[in-house]
Amino acid sequence: MINNYLITFLLAVPLVGALLLLLIKKDKENLVRYFGLFVSTLAFIISIIIYAGYDSSKGGFQLVEKQMWISNLHISYNVGVDGISLLLVLLTTFLTPLTLLSSWKSINKKVKEFTFFMLLLELGMLGVFVSLDLFLFYIFWEAMLIPMYFIIGIWGGPRRIYASIKFFLFTMFGSLLMLVAIVWLAVYASGTLGHFTTNLVELYSIAPTIPYGIQLWMFLAFALSFAIKVPIFPLHTWLPDAHVEAPTAGSVILAGVLLKMGTYGLLRFCLPLFPQAAIHFAPYISTLAIIGIIYGALVAMVQKDMKKLVAYSSVAHLGFVVLGIFAMTQESVQGAVIQMVNHGLSTGALFLLVGVIYDRMHTRLISDYGGIAKIVPVFATFFMVASLSSIGLPGLNGFVGEFLILLGTFKSPVLDSWWFAGFATSGVIFAAVYLLWLYQRVFFGEVKNPKVNELKDMNKREIFILSAIFVFIIWIGIYPSTFLKISETSTKKVIEQVFSPVNTGSK
Amino acid sequence: MVQLIYLTTLLPLLGFLFNGLFGSKIKNEKIIGIIGSSTIGISFLIVVGAFFQTLSMPVDQRQTIVNLFTWIKVGNLDVNVSYQVDQLSLLMGLIVTGVGFIIHVYSIGYMHGDKGFGRFFAYLNLFIFAMMNLVLGSNFLLLFLGWEGVGLCSYLLIGFWYDRKFEKSTTSDAAKKAFIVNRIGDFGFLLGIFLIYLTFGSLNFNDVFARAASLNIPQYVFNFIALFLFIGAMGKSAQIPLYIWLPDAMAGPTPVSALIHAATMVTAGVYMVARCSIIYASAPAIMEFVAIIGALTAIFAASIALVQNDIKKVLAYSTVSQLGYMFLALGVGAFSAALFHVMTHAFFKALLFLGAGSVIHGMHDEQNIQNYGGLKKYMPKTYVTFLIASLAIAGIPPLSGFFSKDEILWSSYADGNIIYWLIGVVTALLTAFYMFRLVSLTFDGKERFGHDKHPHESPAVMTIPLIILAVLAAVGGFIGIPEIFSGEHGNQFDNWLEPIFQPAQAKIAMFGVHSSLEEIVLMVVTLVGVIGSIYAARYIYIKNIKPAEKLSKRFNGVYNLLLNKYYVDEIYDASVVTPIVKGSEIVLWKFADIKIIDGLINGVANLIEKISGSIRKIQTGVAQFYALIMMLGIVAALFWIILSL
Repeated sequence: MINNYLITFLLAVPLVGALLLLLIKKDKENLVRYFGLFVSTLAFIISIIIYAGYDSSKGGFQLVEKQMWISNLHISYNVGVDGISLLLVLLTTFLTPLTLLSSWKSINKKVKEFTFFMLLLELGMLGVFVSLDLFLFYIFWEAMLIPMYFIIGIWGGPRRIYASIKFFLFTMFGSLLMLVAIVWLAVYASGTLGHFTTNLVELYSIAPTIPYGIQLWMFLAFALSFAIKVPIFPLHTWLPDAHVEAPTAGSVILAGVLLKMGTYGLLRFCLPLFPQAAIHFAPYISTLAIIGIIYGALVAMVQKDMKKLVAYSSVAHLGFVVLGIFAMTQESVQGAVIQMVNHGLSTGALFLLVGVIYDRMHTRLISDYGGIAKIVPVFATFFMVASLSSIGLPGLNGFVGEFLILLGTFKSPVLDSWWFAGFATSGVIFAAVYLLWLYQRVFFGEVKNPKVNELKDMNKREIFILSAIFVFIIWIGIYPSTFLKISETSTKKVIEQVFSPVNTGSK
Repeated sequence: MVQLIYLTTLLPLLGFLFNGLFGSKIKNEKIIGIIGSSTIGISFLIVVGAFFQTLSMPVDQRQTIVNLFTWIKVGNLDVNVSYQVDQLSLLMGLIVTGVGFIIHVYSIGYMHGDKGFGRFFAYLNLFIFAMMNLVLGSNFLLLFLGWEGVGLCSYLLIGFWYDRKFEKSTTSDAAKKAFIVNRIGDFGFLLGIFLIYLTFGSLNFNDVFARAASLNIPQYVFNFIALFLFIGAMGKSAQIPLYIWLPDAMAGPTPVSALIHAATMVTAGVYMVARCSIIYASAPAIMEFVAIIGALTAIFAASIALVQNDIKKVLAYSTVSQLGYMFLALGVGAFSAALFHVMTHAFFKALLFLGAGSVIHGMHDEQNIQNYGGLKKYMPKTYVTFLIASLAIAGIPPLSGFFSKDEILWSSYADGNIIYWLIGVVTALLTAFYMFRLVSLTFDGKERFGHDKHPHESPAVMTIPLIILAVLAAVGGFIGIPEIFSGEHGNQFDNWLEPIFQPAQAKIAMFGVHSSLEEIVLMVVTLVGVIGSIYAARYIYIKNIKPAEKLSKRFNGVYNLLLNKYYVDEIYDASVVTPIVKGSEIVLWKFADIKIIDGLINGVANLIEKISGSIRKIQTGVAQFYALIMMLGIVAALFWIILSL
């Protein structure tokens, strides 16, 4: 019985939590913190229940709820999850309490507002992943920008205003085109189905009938919006600025979840709704993705600021995800989905670790460090494992995703060339270069800056946060089946959706 | 015992976790050392048990797959964590755990008093874990896990003393270089794995090799697979042009050099190519390439070793050179000979490094052989064992190196290419020379060190391992006595591995010649040369030091070229490293990213700001501006919808 409302319940928790938070007095900062932690942990527990209630062998959208909202336009409150969105929901609810916990000490002004926005942000992200109605999706997609804008703009670094506006305008620009495309789709549906609709499942059913020429434009409108969010080269320049200025929690959520909304969108909308266009554009987008992999890594290599380095590394990592999606094989898409989770964990961990050291030294410049491995050995160990996970060392999570993506790209019928996988594979070299070089300059060698001698190693709270992430980094590395199984039938379905109209030949 | 083989990875893993998590807290070297060594000791016993059990099985049933769990399963890809116990993996397992155990014990003495004692044993155990996965894995992906894992341990251990200087740079530079150069190789290896999956639809050894032997697959596919895999081997096993990391790897503690950078990890490439023998046998052009690279590496590295003054550097280039021999053997199809040399080399080279460690230990971290001299009276055990190892690597019968090197030389001759044989022989002469230059400068002649040094013999925990290895280096070759001497039983070593390489050997159909007279003649020729070489070295470096100086002055150019290792590092730096780093910084980041892409976008934004500047103020009104745009958008959309309904 409760199963029927689980998803709504999941959305309600951060929303109601955020509203209740307003009742707490501003100066009771610790109460605010505990309350925020409680609410977000509750959301995590609910998402575990959702996971338990989801039958991954069946696939498809499950735990679906549908309430007519604007009935004459057939716009509905329609939510549900499939294997792909479920993984991202779990990632979101897992990371949110950890980021709140990581901000325990570092956020000490306007704690209440901060927690409020973080919960709203969680609501927005979850909404994006569970929406099965394009109109609803669009509202969450846009609404989520607002809390993020404030989180960067209020608690950010010195250039936070510039960064937050840039972030805002960039992502909003893309969204507007998507809105136009959504409206067009809904109108088109009325021609085919006899009624206007933004229901995703209904739109899926009419997708193969959309004329090829129009598909191309629709695809581009959607893809541009998602490409900015991912970000795909050359639309990535908002990212380093946003990351550098955002507070640690903002960076973790930004890298961990927000970027995935772009790749999720590509997989959820662009591929199944405009399959022929997706196949048509696949080589071009894959090329951009591969440029992103190599370019992102090379630019990351020469950064002076740790956070910027990690930010550019995201461009490279997300390049792998996009490549996996557009290679359109079972292996590559499964790899892409698991890699979304992996990136959330690995890069999330790296941002958290940079935050740990920034809290103590108030500098992120690599040149301010050196030789700290013996001063803070625990921190050094955590940073090493996070780096190795990001590098894609077999036995840790990153390898599973990268390997599947590259393997799938190699045999991709859509790309149909070894060159794609060949170039992309060279990314494994560069990832090692920038991270190990970073590691060397920060941790090894002799101490040059006397201030680091007073550095304190990680405290219990910080160790707890990172250990929680590392459990999954190792779990996915050694036994990824747990997670691959969740999305298996769902990714298979996406691929079928892409290729079925080709077979019926409506081109 | 065969079914318990997973313990040989599990125990080292547990040892790693224990010493890694608690090592720094217990601070008791005995506990750490005993736990670290015993996990490997027990693993060794298990491998020995599995070996005898397998030996007792009929020849055609000597392969057991021990399946543990599913690792990655997507679509058709189904990769398990499962171990393949057969003749080849047992041989490698015996070397890894056997030599590994000896070196662990030695390390208890060598690392005594080091602040990172626990960390050291943790890394060492992790290394054995990875290496055992590498040799036991029953599919390419598990092999790759081990492959990368040993690379990581190598990285961690080269940079073990991460705050120390090393030559012109630091230990951490050396560590990073090792990892990255290996990654370049791994890039090739990964492509090879992808292509294997694409071609054979599986990554399991048994499936792939069976299909490689039976399916009709185009030649170029085999060539590509073999080439890609070999690029991986070039990195891991330090072949031209990717050998550059290995000499720098000497920045790590000496037991590490013995275990990882001589006896085990660097032979992973040899193991891998041997494992894929059927693929290589199907790609003759690449076999030829392997042989050429091996031969060139052998002679090239040996020439550098002639003039190096750091005791470990000499041994490092010697290792590169000996690895070249092994690839030469693989390239001419003598897979078994390559592995025989892997084994004997593990004995004598580990011994040489441990002996060098003993010398360094006794000489208070002095590594320059020009500052040694006359050490044999201070460290008799180290001297005798070192001498045995040197004679073994030089190829003096009946020590182990003689048999394995001879088999390689004979195979390359029998392959029909006299050039390979000639390069092999010249390398053997150079080897004998640089080894006895090293021995003479270190143990013989006048003492050239200051009075502040008080050389002493190492403790028993270090010398006993030396003695054990010396025995192995001396008699280890007897299991591979060539057919011509052993008569009807044939070469026991080759017989053991025969079922593994049978399909490949059948395909290349070599070794038609078993001419005994020719083999003996060649053997004698080489031997005479080697003995001459040893005498020359002893004469020059003990009796009369002047010819050496004269020689180096006379051929100043050549001498400097060799001393500076042909300037390969400098060439790489100038042609690859610097352009990439500078190019990324100046062209990609500061120009393309900031000026062009971001500049363009900011330009557009500025333009919009100017146009719309009159109706809003950016600092205060963005949220409202946004809401306005969104509202406008929605209104416009609704209008459109209503109009089109």
